[in-house]
Amino acid sequence: MPASANGHPRNGGAAEAGSPDRQHGAADLARRIHIYRMMVEARLFEETAYRMFLGGLVKGTAHLAIGQEAIASAFAAAMKPDDLTFCTYRGHIHTLLRGAPPSRLLAELFGRDSGICGGKGGSMHLTDTSAGAMGCYAIVGAHLPIAVGAAWAAAERGTGQTAVCFFGDGATNIGAFHEALNMAAVWSLPVVFVCENNQYMEYTPIRSVTAVENPAADRAGAYGLDAILVDGNDADQMFDTARSAIEKARQGEGPSLIEAATYRHGGHSRADPGDYRPVDEVASWKARDPIPTYRERLLSEGASAEQLDDVEATAEEVINAAVEEARAAPAPPASVIGTNLWADGGSAWRN
Amino acid sequence: MAELITYRDAVGRALAQEMERDETVYLIGEDVAAAGGVFKTTPGLRERFGPRRVRDTPISEEAIIGAAMGAAMNGLRPVAEIMFSDFLATCWDMIANQIAKTRYMTDGQVELPLVIRTANGAGVRFGAQHSQSLENWAMAVPGLKVVAPSTPQDLIELLAASIRDPDPVVFFEHKALYPTSGPVDDGELVGELGKAAVVRTGGDVTIVALAAMVPKAVAAAEILALQGVEATVVDLRCLVPLDTQTLLKACSQTGRVFTVEENPRLCGWGAEISSIIMEEAFFDLDQPVVRITTDHIPLPSADALEDATIPSAERIVDIVSRTLD
Ligand SMILES: Cc1ncc(C[n+]2csc(CCOP(=O)(O)OP(=O)(O)O)c2C)c(N)n1
Ligand SMILES: [Mg+2]
Repeated sequence: MPASANGHPRNGGAAEAGSPDRQHGAADLARRIHIYRMMVEARLFEETAYRMFLGGLVKGTAHLAIGQEAIASAFAAAMKPDDLTFCTYRGHIHTLLRGAPPSRLLAELFGRDSGICGGKGGSMHLTDTSAGAMGCYAIVGAHLPIAVGAAWAAAERGTGQTAVCFFGDGATNIGAFHEALNMAAVWSLPVVFVCENNQYMEYTPIRSVTAVENPAADRAGAYGLDAILVDGNDADQMFDTARSAIEKARQGEGPSLIEAATYRHGGHSRADPGDYRPVDEVASWKARDPIPTYRERLLSEGASAEQLDDVEATAEEVINAAVEEARAAPAPPASVIGTNLWADGGSAWRN
Repeated sequence: MAELITYRDAVGRALAQEMERDETVYLIGEDVAAAGGVFKTTPGLRERFGPRRVRDTPISEEAIIGAAMGAAMNGLRPVAEIMFSDFLATCWDMIANQIAKTRYMTDGQVELPLVIRTANGAGVRFGAQHSQSLENWAMAVPGLKVVAPSTPQDLIELLAASIRDPDPVVFFEHKALYPTSGPVDDGELVGELGKAAVVRTGGDVTIVALAAMVPKAVAAAEILALQGVEATVVDLRCLVPLDTQTLLKACSQTGRVFTVEENPRLCGWGAEISSIIMEEAFFDLDQPVVRITTDHIPLPSADALEDATIPSAERIVDIVSRTLD
């Protein structure tokens, strides 16, 4: 493990940034426990969303990231508060872990007035700009060029921000991926592209429709970038990778493309049981569930069981309270239907 | 004092005016910087504002528009050029799904002050994939403002207003108008979006036009005047926001309304105009609203065919006269 904790987690509790190298065990462990806490909170959020979906409270659709929590958590720990996250419709936990209030996220899933987007976004469109969560995008690949633009503005304005853009393996075969990678590389922009390779698009395995074995990493060379393949279920590896890519961006050394191997435990969306996947494949990935494996590791490297139990209990309280709050919120009034299309707050198209 | 300049040069003048005023205004697009644009609308801007603020891009329309969106989210006011409006089809996801909907879907959290400039329209014999009039595509998507000026003065005023506008604007420059010239006032010019212009007044008929159809409508009105028919000509200038007040007033004053549209027939902007007039000024009308449009076909390339396809002054005169008979 690298020593200094560079993370600036928004929901507190981690090591101080910039602690001098190798006084570190303690700071390091605190940061890792913080990452563990984020993973646990993310898992609980998603399990709750699923339960609420089956119970009819979450309408429409929901794409869960159960099994993929290490990637979002490690990045959230490695990002500065003003860095910018762009993610997909599978974006509940990215938005949550940047610091969006869980009650307002659930309220958005429930279609309530207090929803983070006032009920106009829904599960696939969570945004909390105050937390640097710049949106979940539901058209595959669209947000890669948008993240490039945010990074371009950061570079021109000298803000020191990094844009981090998460997308699925399926997005590597759409034109926007290639346009974005190329432009980010030729303009040397502070953007980190993160392919969460969960092995499947909706129902089709990515390997059956892709000309190369590693859908993102094998394309990196085409844009003059290093091929970076990491175990997306290993939170420590993810954190190191995240931190060095963000640092590279911040130093003005341009973009990175990271391919993180992971797996979604459930189906693509809603009540899809995902039974098109071989049973032993599912079992072998579940055996590498990022959360229990990280718990084991932390226990063997200095964390106490009480500490981790406490993290889990607190996370449960946080999510339970969020559910109660969201449930209690009213539906949005019809009067908001015509608000916030334009900067003047309305939606008039004529005088 | 007014000086005569071309519609083409008006683009560069408006951009320079705004880039001088606001250092967050940037221009990107294919060949816009070193070459000064394929239509030579932006020469000298790179030299004046530097290669960072005026920047050539790869041929990546989605990345151009996506980058403009992301930059607008994060503190710039980008102007992105799409060389021909026909190429909007290659980045329509960015425009229709992303840019247009983002403020609404985030309930006002995200503001996107950006302008997409594009060369639109026919008259230069480029054939079906480089000549379309696509204002109605943009008009059909909630969340986009749609501007299409017909004179150099309007171009400067409306491009400046578009750049200053906090909402996304699709700005259609008509490529057949680039070489035309007109008087332009000195000093800083800024107009207002959503204001139509009554460019000619007459009591018998109202002709509603946009962009390159405006000079054709005016030419038709001059011929009609020789035949004793006086026409009011309304230049809409913007489709969104739409100045229905000016429109309805002009319609009610004459009772006879003709739209002149370069777009193919179905769902052209004139259909919406006609519907508004029917709903709100029906009892002021002396006859049904008549739409004069390009046929519902892709545009042919040969000059003889293109000229016969797009509404001309002669066709406008002919249709108006026959209707009055
Ligand atoms: C342009 C586009 N095509 C198709 C879809 C429908 N769709 C939604 S998610 C999805 C699978 C995407 O797979 P991947 O990129 O691997 O992301 P994952 O869902 O696995 O996280 C598809 C095909 C879409 N939303 N956008
Ligand atoms: Mg996938």
